[in-house]
Amino acid sequence: MNNTVLQISHLKTYFFTRGGVVKAVDDISFGLRKGESLCLVGESGCGKSTVALSVLRLVDSPPGKIVGGEIRYHDEDLLRSSGKRLRQIRGNRIAMIFQDPQSSLNPVFTVGYQIAEQIKLHLGLRHKPAMERTLYLMKQVGIPSAEDRLKDYPHQFSGGMKQRVMIAAALSCEPEILIADEPTTALDTTVKAQILDILRDSKEERNMSILFITHDLGTVAGFADRIVVMYGGRLAEAGTTYDIYDRPKHPYTQGLISCLPRISNRKDRLTPIPGTIPSLIDPPEGCIFHPRCERRMPICSQERPPEVIISGEHIAACHLYS
Amino acid sequence: MNKRLIEVEHLKKYYPVTTGIFSRHIADVKAVDGVSFYIMEGETLGLVGESGCGKSSLGRTMLRLEEPTAGKVIYRGSDITVWDKKQLKGLRKEVQMIFQDPQSSLDPRMTIGDSIGEALLIHGVGTEKERLERVGQLLQRVGLEPEHATRYPHELSGGQKQRIGIARSLAVNPKLIVADEPVSALDVSVQAQILNLLMDLQRELSLAYLFIAHDLAVIGQVSDRIAVMYLGQIIELASRNELFSHPLHPYTEALLAAIPVPDPHRKRKRISLTGEVPSPVTPPPGCRFHTRCPKVMGICREEMPGLIPLESGHLVSCHLYD
Repeated sequence: MNNTVLQISHLKTYFFTRGGVVKAVDDISFGLRKGESLCLVGESGCGKSTVALSVLRLVDSPPGKIVGGEIRYHDEDLLRSSGKRLRQIRGNRIAMIFQDPQSSLNPVFTVGYQIAEQIKLHLGLRHKPAMERTLYLMKQVGIPSAEDRLKDYPHQFSGGMKQRVMIAAALSCEPEILIADEPTTALDTTVKAQILDILRDSKEERNMSILFITHDLGTVAGFADRIVVMYGGRLAEAGTTYDIYDRPKHPYTQGLISCLPRISNRKDRLTPIPGTIPSLIDPPEGCIFHPRCERRMPICSQERPPEVIISGEHIAACHLYS
Repeated sequence: MNKRLIEVEHLKKYYPVTTGIFSRHIADVKAVDGVSFYIMEGETLGLVGESGCGKSSLGRTMLRLEEPTAGKVIYRGSDITVWDKKQLKGLRKEVQMIFQDPQSSLDPRMTIGDSIGEALLIHGVGTEKERLERVGQLLQRVGLEPEHATRYPHELSGGQKQRIGIARSLAVNPKLIVADEPVSALDVSVQAQILNLLMDLQRELSLAYLFIAHDLAVIGQVSDRIAVMYLGQIIELASRNELFSHPLHPYTEALLAAIPVPDPHRKRKRISLTGEVPSPVTPPPGCRFHTRCPKVMGICREEMPGLIPLESGHLVSCHLYD
């Protein structure tokens, strides 16, 4: 396992609110390997973004707090790193892009300036070479007539183009890890496909690792190497992309796959997962999915299921297999 | 059945672009530019297109929530574009709308019951007791409990709020519902629940829908016929099966190719579509799609193709089929 670049072990991130303690991430472990794209899949509120923010120590505190676990980047535990060291890592070794590129860009600076700023800071380049590198990156992510657009402001770009700008900025320091938090969710279908192509190309060119966070299992089938399915702050199932789509074991994963709309030959009902996601302040006892599960057994409401190895890397946290 | 419920003829909606302190009129945003179609009783017409193509403007203009610039909307034989306020109030009992963001269409200070009952009150339906009873029935009909009537919007999840939006539109027994991106803000598991609910309601109440969405997979799940819109115009219209099995317009082909397939074995074809949607203020001459079309010919730059019917009732607006 020497090629693991990021190992998250027993991570617990809680939010201490007036209504109670929200266990947004409750004991989750997985590793990210060099050059792979790992997709973290789950519905809103399952804690997938909190995992990403915890990696970069960007969880708002208060109310959020990482209360336990370890995030190992090579030989370093990021949870014990100093503020100075974290600033060297963020944007440089581990970069992040977000769902809403609008809110990540400063409206009063040109996009060229904003990308170059980061290059100057982390790589110590002077203005001119930094702008040259910016231009190269903007061309690489497919921004047409990049020379002219360097001096444009964010509002002059469409949503898809802004997301390309964010990718260019994230790639500017040749990061080892790119964390992409729902980068395609706000985009149109055709643009979404283009952005996924750009991410795949950049990854392969640089042998970069991508932690891709999404709520939509439909999007990532052609993109992910491995998938971690999260539910209610915990790991439900993890495995290779083929494990998850071809042989899903956890009833939640099975539900997520069968409720996707597909192009079939008739207008037909879908198979939804009944109920809604539970409150994480007062989560159900035992397996957190049991109130919505169609295959629940008495033990499911009593004991939290262990993570069972199904085969190879395929694991499922479900009493059906223990 | 098999009667045309509503017919739209050459509908146009232009929004003026103004400048300076005297709001000088300098151009028009041609949001809807000469659109014609009809919807049969009890059928679902899906309207698909990327953001900014004018699909929402079309839905709103058709119901006269916006005043049309030109064209006719014939509802059950009568042109509603010339109706006065009083007649329009009558129309609101027969056609209703569901919006994308259920949060912003509910008043946070009104209970759910009051929000749903408001429609009944405005149209003077029944006594107070009868209205309360009807609200309870409606809530049950959309899969909630009558007890939800006393709750406030913030106490409900996104999916539950969308159910309220649906209950509210059903209150006056409409014949036609314009659903504008009703599931795009919802999680996949909840999205399937709402789509099923809409289809069940259609069967029971023989409702007609204009279902607006950017996601062709969702549209395909619920629609009988599908219209594809690009830059203010309908460029292809066909039955659902016909459109999926024999897409004719290069834009429709690109949209279909961009649908993510939840199957890692199927390698997706790279998207052939480049560039971006041009501005609707200065649409390109000739065919509006020619700037991005992989099959562009000389004539496409000069002449705008008409929406012509082929055999099997398939309509397409493309010079390839002249």
